[in-house]
Amino acid sequence: MTGIKSPDLASHDSHGNEPHVPVFTGANREELDTLLGRYPTKMAALLPALWILQRERGWVSDEGMAEVAEVLELTPAYVKGVVTFYTMYHQHPVGKYFIQVCTTSPCGVCGADDVVKAFLQHTRTGELGITSDDDRYTVIEVECLGACGFATPIMINEEFIESVTPETVPEILAKLP
Amino acid sequence: MAEQKMVNLMIEGRPVSVPEGTSILEAAKTAGILIPHYCYHPSLPIPGVCRMCLVEVEKAPKLAPSCATAVAEGQVVHVHTDRALEARKGVLEFLLINHPLDCPICDQSGECELQDFTYQEGRADSRYRDPKRFNPVEDFGGDVLYVPNRCILCTRCVRFMDDVAHDAVLNVSERGDRALIGKFEGKDLTHPWASNVIDLCPVGALLSKDFLNKARAWELDRAASVCPNCTQGCNITIETRDNSVARLKPRPNEDVNKYFMCDYGRMNYRWMNRQDRATTPMVSTSGVLAQSEWDAAIRAAATLISGKRVFVLASPMLSNEALFLLSELIEHNGGNGVFRVATGDEAPLPGVEDLALRRDRAANVAGAEMLGYTRSESPLDGVGEGDVLIIADDDLEGLDATQAGRAGSVIVIGTVVPVGIDNAAVVLPIANFSEEEGTFTNLRGRVQRFTQAKAAPGLARPSWLVLGDLLGALGAQTSFFLPSDVFANLASAKPAFSGLSYDKLGMRGLPVLDAAGAAR
Amino acid sequence: MGYPHKSHERETPILSQYFGDAGARTLDGWKQRGGYQALEKALAMSPADIVNVVKESGLRGRGGAGFPTGMKWSFMKPGDGRPHYLCCNADESEPGTFKDREVMRWTPHALVEGCAIGAYAIGAETCYIYIRGEFTEPLLWMERAVKEAYDAGILGANAMGTGKRVDVHIHKGAGAYICGEETAMMNSLEGRRGNPRIKPPFPAVAGVFGQPTTINNVETLAAVPGILMQGADWYKGMSLSNPKSTGTKLFSVCGNIRYPGTYEVVMGFPFKDFLYDLCGGPVHGRSLKAIIPGGASVPIQTMEEAEATLMDYEGFVAQGSMLGSGGVIVIDDAQNMVRVIARLARFFAHESCAQCTQCREGTAWTTKILERIRDGQGSMEDLDTLMGIAENMTGTTICVLSDSCATPVISGIKKFRHEFESLILGKRVHAVTAAVA
Repeated sequence: MTGIKSPDLASHDSHGNEPHVPVFTGANREELDTLLGRYPTKMAALLPALWILQRERGWVSDEGMAEVAEVLELTPAYVKGVVTFYTMYHQHPVGKYFIQVCTTSPCGVCGADDVVKAFLQHTRTGELGITSDDDRYTVIEVECLGACGFATPIMINEEFIESVTPETVPEILAKLP
Repeated sequence: MAEQKMVNLMIEGRPVSVPEGTSILEAAKTAGILIPHYCYHPSLPIPGVCRMCLVEVEKAPKLAPSCATAVAEGQVVHVHTDRALEARKGVLEFLLINHPLDCPICDQSGECELQDFTYQEGRADSRYRDPKRFNPVEDFGGDVLYVPNRCILCTRCVRFMDDVAHDAVLNVSERGDRALIGKFEGKDLTHPWASNVIDLCPVGALLSKDFLNKARAWELDRAASVCPNCTQGCNITIETRDNSVARLKPRPNEDVNKYFMCDYGRMNYRWMNRQDRATTPMVSTSGVLAQSEWDAAIRAAATLISGKRVFVLASPMLSNEALFLLSELIEHNGGNGVFRVATGDEAPLPGVEDLALRRDRAANVAGAEMLGYTRSESPLDGVGEGDVLIIADDDLEGLDATQAGRAGSVIVIGTVVPVGIDNAAVVLPIANFSEEEGTFTNLRGRVQRFTQAKAAPGLARPSWLVLGDLLGALGAQTSFFLPSDVFANLASAKPAFSGLSYDKLGMRGLPVLDAAGAAR
Repeated sequence: MGYPHKSHERETPILSQYFGDAGARTLDGWKQRGGYQALEKALAMSPADIVNVVKESGLRGRGGAGFPTGMKWSFMKPGDGRPHYLCCNADESEPGTFKDREVMRWTPHALVEGCAIGAYAIGAETCYIYIRGEFTEPLLWMERAVKEAYDAGILGANAMGTGKRVDVHIHKGAGAYICGEETAMMNSLEGRRGNPRIKPPFPAVAGVFGQPTTINNVETLAAVPGILMQGADWYKGMSLSNPKSTGTKLFSVCGNIRYPGTYEVVMGFPFKDFLYDLCGGPVHGRSLKAIIPGGASVPIQTMEEAEATLMDYEGFVAQGSMLGSGGVIVIDDAQNMVRVIARLARFFAHESCAQCTQCREGTAWTTKILERIRDGQGSMEDLDTLMGIAENMTGTTICVLSDSCATPVISGIKKFRHEFESLILGKRVHAVTAAVA
């Protein structure tokens, strides 16, 4: 079973050396305004706003958090507290392909650890959470992806791939543009 | 006002009756039972997270967090059953597994609730055998240092900044056992009330940089007092070590400052330890000031004053008692009383009604005004030819001291000899506010007592004693033995203070009366 | 139909009828399969009547706690002048559970319809579907379904032309197991850290945005249209055991099992038949050793217990565990229980929100000890310590994550103590080696 590619596949090009260009202008601002209409408070749009930020910049930088805070009338510290609670917001730039391998017990008993090893080996990252020298890959272990019957499920950016085995890893990597 | 419904229950075998909606924890306090707790603080929202205040409620299947459980009619609460004790023991063990146990080098030691409750009901040993978590110390800005390894994540500091200071600069970052108190790079604890997080922290995680390694808690002597640094009159404790003020801490007063004091007031204590004080009475003979005996100095001052118009430049940092006695002198001899006040920006604490660092940066502006003194930016303008100028603890900093030359003679009654005064006839050294007892009247007309925290230097005497003796020497008053006698005199002389006494004021103060005799 | 395996004749596919049938995903496809008739019917009924039908049907929450759905809905006081909210809990994160994922990616309109009916029944004009951020595929289909429903006038200010407002919004989570706890979900929806809230106040009094709120699981809401169409008696009639457990239940099966996937059976189905007949039993050459039948938070069952279980709320309790979320984790004789439990503990330590002391410190401490034992560095004393910690972690915190971490530890040490001891005593006889020998 191959995964379904989401239309808003995140781009992971920015690596945070350039000054922060505001995200919430033009179409993004309109998107946020639409979202704001769905909730009785501005704060409720925080998670969606952070998703927009990450989609546009590839990660959630301090400057980005400060912008979100300003747009939603929150303090940057508050926003950071929320960001650090959730695991899916990248607080550092990651590789072009952010690979998450589920290793929680149900997948663990089906050999997920070997899938992790295969990814570390074939992406030449060698270590979890480390971005490969060419900025192409970052591999992490992730807690239960909620597809336990399809062990081992992985995510590459927004793409969900089921039933990965150590043997299928090279093939999966080869298909990435 | 609607009658408040009372709820009756039993806590540790004692009958308790409290208003509906009261928490078990607060109800227990009324029965004299302190249920151990960390995250709960009466001035903050209740998160119920430390789980330290678990108690057993009969007929409830689970232990109840007493801070977040409202009393119910007929409830029977047990604080010290085996089950409740075991649960709290468990919490203490969990809180300590990653704690560095570095009490010997921790400033909180001796006033640490983790120490207190562990001593009271914790395990004798820990079953923890694994490496401890480590995070480096972080400077939070302002006066605050964060030591994450000692932090128990009670979140009082975060809630204070959010809900009371309305300046959410602190957060809980990360989750699980990686969690710690965090802030945003470049946004510091610079709020004018931020240092209250140090007091709120029940452990040694948030420390004062100013107080860092200065003293052990048990070496400090403590005196109940009132912050002299603005007209708000926050209740404080002055803490001294070796006759030197080491720090000021807020003292709870529901009617004035709740549990808080501002950073300006808190930090502005070094003047109380000033070393260049007037310490000996002095009398001028042939234009040269020379040390004198107290009796001789008082007699010399009385001789100068006798029959002359007096012009009193009083400090609004003087107590009601001192200002009253000076006003008696003015009344007796004829003359004027003036004062000046340093000012600064007002800085409110938004989460508490009517609590702010006030513009007027002196304790007793209201008292001075009520006792007939005139506020002036250039107070010496009014000195008349031939007046006896009495400079009562104004250091003349920023004033033109040559104006004093118009006076027939100058008497200094103060903690220091003012700058530019070289022609004083008599110098009577007095104690500063931390060295004597007295009262201040705050901007809302509340009269509050302060007590002596340290000894005055040299031969300096309490202001009320010096002024009482001076009036006695003039035959205008009898001398006083106690500041409370002076206050009693004040209360009978001034209708606004009528009926008040030190006993009635207690340590939380009372409002003065308005013209109709009602509490203002 | 089950998914991804072929449907088994002993399944009762109601919710799962169209799993694997891509045609059911679109609005047209859904309507062709009878979709939105229930919503039309519901909007013509009074909310109180809908609540009564659901009450009558015996439907209980499918998220884990099993609270009667109709009763939960009846807590929402009509006409109190406050906005009401329905939150659909689609934060499916309980290890071993992936049934809601199938509902959302194969029959998204079933959920939209269930949400619309539920919202109307509790007097809410707004329903938020909180979907975990990792569910990119369900998110995609759910977003499409909601858009289709708006475009067709099924949702919005004039739902199905009745003049009634029903809004359904998708809210994407961002990676936090605990947001599946209902009060944590409300905090997360409000843009806060996903910290569970202290109760009271209960959500029906002060829930999301401080307003009366009902939170229902995906499977629960998806079951509602069928109940409205076929009637409470039909649903109530589907029970093989206890009258308090009615209808069908989705079970997601994973781990060391021949045919993993999502199955739908009538409440009270024999677990032994389920495991060996429907799911095909162990993979070749292995035998089953233990089952965690209701997601990672419930007690571990020995095979003896599992094989004696009838699959309903009461049946699992009778055999030392709980129905939970219906996520069945199967463990065979090739696995070491210490390794499995240590990994579960690590999961809970990772997901603890950090509020309560016992959970924040206890989950991490438990993990450290278990991993030490796993690596051959444990002592017998550690087992007592683990049990002691687990006891202190049970029933003492705001939510049950702490209890959930303690549960597999307690049941694991009680039921598989020899595996802990052999690692501690250095025998290190791995189960596989033993089996082969």
